[in-house]
Amino acid sequence: MEAAVFILSLVDCCALIFLSVYFFIITLTIITLSDLECDYINARSCCSKLNKWVIPEMIAQALATVLMLVSMHWFVFLLNLPVASWDVYRYVKVPMGNMGVYDPTEIHNRGQLKSHMKEAMIKLGFHLLCFFIYLYR
Amino acid sequence: ALFISFNISAKCSYRFNNANIKINIYLPILIWWLIYRESLMHIISGHNMTHRDLCGDSSSTTTDSASPVPNSYESLEGGGYSGTSLRSPPAGVPAKQAPPFGYNYPTMHPAYQQNPAPKPNPSPSHGGYNPPGYQPYSQPFPSLSELSSALGGLGGVSELEAETLRPVNLLQERNILPPKRAPPPEPNLSNDLRKVNCSPDTFRCTLTNIPQTQALLNKARLPLGLLLHPFRDLTQLPVITSNTIVRCRSCRTYINPFVSFLDQRRWKCNLCYRVNDVPDEFMYNPVTRSYGEPHKRPEVQNSTVEFIASSDYMLRPPQPAVYLFLLDVSHNAVESGYLNVFCQSLLDNLEKLPGDTRTHIGFVTFDSTVHFYNLQEGLSQPQMLVVSDIDDVFIPTHDSLLVNLKESKELVKDLLNALPGMFTHTRETQSALGPALQAAYKLMSPTGGRVTVFQTQLPTLGAGLLQSREDPNLRSSTKNVLHLGPATDFYKKLALDCSGQQIGVDLFLLSSQYSDLASLACVSKYSAGSVFYYPSFHHIHNTAQKQKFQKDLQRYLTRKIGFEAVMRIRCTKGLSIHTFHGNFFVRSTDLLSLANVNPDSGFAVQMSIEESLADTSLACFQAALLYTSSKGKRRIRVHTLCLPVVSQLSEVFAGADIQAISCLLANMAIDRSISSSLSDARDALVNAVVDCLTAYRANGSNIQPSGLIAPAALRLFPLYVLALLKQKALRTGTSTRLDERVFSMCELKSQPLQQIMRMVHPDLYRIDNMTEQAALHLNDSVIPQPPLLQLTAEKLTREGAFLLDCGSVMYLWVGKCCNETFIRDVLGFQNYASLPSNMTEIPELQTTYSERTRAFISWLLESRTFLPAFHVVKDDASTKTSFFQHLVEDRTESAFSYYEFLLHIQQQMSK
Repeated sequence: MEAAVFILSLVDCCALIFLSVYFFIITLTIITLSDLECDYINARSCCSKLNKWVIPEMIAQALATVLMLVSMHWFVFLLNLPVASWDVYRYVKVPMGNMGVYDPTEIHNRGQLKSHMKEAMIKLGFHLLCFFIYLYR
Repeated sequence: ALFISFNISAKCSYRFNNANIKINIYLPILIWWLIYRESLMHIISGHNMTHRDLCGDSSSTTTDSASPVPNSYESLEGGGYSGTSLRSPPAGVPAKQAPPFGYNYPTMHPAYQQNPAPKPNPSPSHGGYNPPGYQPYSQPFPSLSELSSALGGLGGVSELEAETLRPVNLLQERNILPPKRAPPPEPNLSNDLRKVNCSPDTFRCTLTNIPQTQALLNKARLPLGLLLHPFRDLTQLPVITSNTIVRCRSCRTYINPFVSFLDQRRWKCNLCYRVNDVPDEFMYNPVTRSYGEPHKRPEVQNSTVEFIASSDYMLRPPQPAVYLFLLDVSHNAVESGYLNVFCQSLLDNLEKLPGDTRTHIGFVTFDSTVHFYNLQEGLSQPQMLVVSDIDDVFIPTHDSLLVNLKESKELVKDLLNALPGMFTHTRETQSALGPALQAAYKLMSPTGGRVTVFQTQLPTLGAGLLQSREDPNLRSSTKNVLHLGPATDFYKKLALDCSGQQIGVDLFLLSSQYSDLASLACVSKYSAGSVFYYPSFHHIHNTAQKQKFQKDLQRYLTRKIGFEAVMRIRCTKGLSIHTFHGNFFVRSTDLLSLANVNPDSGFAVQMSIEESLADTSLACFQAALLYTSSKGKRRIRVHTLCLPVVSQLSEVFAGADIQAISCLLANMAIDRSISSSLSDARDALVNAVVDCLTAYRANGSNIQPSGLIAPAALRLFPLYVLALLKQKALRTGTSTRLDERVFSMCELKSQPLQQIMRMVHPDLYRIDNMTEQAALHLNDSVIPQPPLLQLTAEKLTREGAFLLDCGSVMYLWVGKCCNETFIRDVLGFQNYASLPSNMTEIPELQTTYSERTRAFISWLLESRTFLPAFHVVKDDASTKTSFFQHLVEDRTESAFSYYEFLLHIQQQMSK
């Protein structure tokens, strides 16, 4: 019994650590995007900065989801699943000629900057929520 | 970071926005931190005090930093209209600001208001807004009140507007095409503003009446956007040299004819409404050599001006003109024979290459290896250096590959003479384009300049190699067309690198097989280059194509060029640009980075209305292009367009510029077909018409419900959309090679409006019976003016000869029973039977008939920069399909006729 609780909290702790890394990533995304919006950095460097974090973010999210599944926290797992699948979908859906999820030649077009921003904000909200769920569970 | 001045301006204008955004970011983090702290506190001691303190803190921070936003704008604007009246105005300026419009009519000539349709060239008595002795008081400066009152005919619906709003039943009106190519609609402005407004050839808006709010724009279901041709060849351009270029301190707008002078010393920006000081230097007018007339300066009298920029506008000395030619010399290339044409053309135009004494030139050839040419002055003949390590290509020697053209002219000539013969027996079939481009990038990056690439096949070696993706069996499928996007990001990355180093890459693709233009074109698309494509080019078998190539090269080599350019488009506060179309890299929200700029490329932008424009009656747009001329001067070309703002839906419809709308829609459709799918794009185009006409029907209550009703201003909308759907770029069901489709897309996205319109909806004239009736007389030559014909085979007769002008190609269709005088006197053959099937020019015969025809054709070509290919098409020849595909009103196997299309739209509308 004791062992099970121990493992569970460990798993939770792991998830938390992932989440805090994540938090950093998401925050970074928003700051970088807002910098781009305000013309502090150019599209090229902004996108290369952000594209570096796409895969780590995806892996972290997937891991968190898997950990929840393993520890059989069904509710939290179901909460995490759509976000993880969205991350994977977004990565897979990048057209062949593009330079990643964030493409410097397109980021200023068709309100992409705004939609990226919105997405990052929603994720931030989601992780805040998750954070408390993990904390007070 | 080459163009600091532009960057600064952006930072200034976004400062307020930025405060807002930063709050947006930091607020959640702050809250998160607080709550985190709270939870910790909770856990540790259950103490509540700190939390409350912090909370108070945070809320005050928020309000404090949020409040400057409206406050600063308040101070900028001077509190709107009331603020300006607080300042004591000097004598002569009315103390009270007039309401936006309809108030100042007495200052107008009474006849003006009764003038039915404002003439394009009004008589001076109507035009002068300050006729001496007429006005009760003289008003030395066009104040805001005057500008707003200057909106002609806004008191009621003017007759001009009534004409453009006249409902037209499209199903009943057979001949909707005007007899001449219709001029763009005139914005509903006063004559004074109209006179100084930017030429529609340079700057055009899809809606000449700007809707007041986004809601109104959404109701009209029309796209709002601008079409620009900023570097167009101009015959008249005021060039201004002054130490201080007067710009708004807040938004960095250049002073323009639409600003208002509050008094001698202050002007109000028409984009952000900030009040600025007039610098001392500006008080002196160099044109009239008088002092104290800032409103008579050329900057304020012309909406298109060019400034010679000072060193503030450069971060390095202006670069020299540098040209590098990258030539494919594989077997395929030699076989097509383009090298000969190119070398000859360059030899002929070597003196005319734009540049000064610093001009540099270089050559690189490639097959499976990359060859450089040492042209150092003093060598007896050019030296060829071969680099066979294409995986890691390097530059063999740094200083003698790009040489001063003047110093090494003889060597360059030697090389150009020798080059065609050097590779005649090559067995090399591979092409290492990617490594060659990398080499070019390395070679050019210290200076920047123009790289011209000639490619004749799919790149097969080294970085950036491509596979054939086209399935010939799917060329005519009606289902989805695949592979419209690039296959690799190599060319895009390279283009962005080039753009960063101010290198523009122009691509000439001369190939008979599939070469994956979708991937290759990226190298030009994002480095602000241009793409040329000559399908099935061969110097002997395809003379028409060869002639076109020669003509294009002639223009390409000698046309103006601007280096290390940036363009910024600013618009009145409340409007914002959200999408850009054309060949460039969007470096920040409104800054286009153009490594090279050429006079033949056009741009388009889409706009949205972020804030209501209710408190202004004029919307202005300014495009400023900063570039280095080929003579090493830094110059800024500024165009300003001014348009009225309207609040009624009917006025929005009345001001619709259908040609601009069609072009913008074409751009949007191409974006959609690449990002989504071709069928989506086609549906979206049809829906654009359906939605717009539905909106019009819902708006007008007095319209009879039967038929398909469109306002007169939009009566050509369905026709143009149908023509777009039948373009190579967007058509389905007709066999179209992937490369040709992609090239057509590139053209639609990067050509100026006039060129696109001719391509989409060509002009058809009957030219065998042209009379002198209504002819133009231009310096003792008579130019007949035959009427435009609908693009349908119904208009063709066997007895006639018809000229179809598609912009880049012209067809002369000769009917079977065409009268023999025409064939003899104009074409120089005895009868129809003796006409060859591959004629590509009209002979210069000394008959009036011939002279008249040639005068007409050369009149058509007058303003054209690239001369079109010319084909004489016999009614029975195999080439006639290429002629008939341009008759867009006719039914084809897979596409609607015009009438069917109208019925389709009507059906969609009733759904």
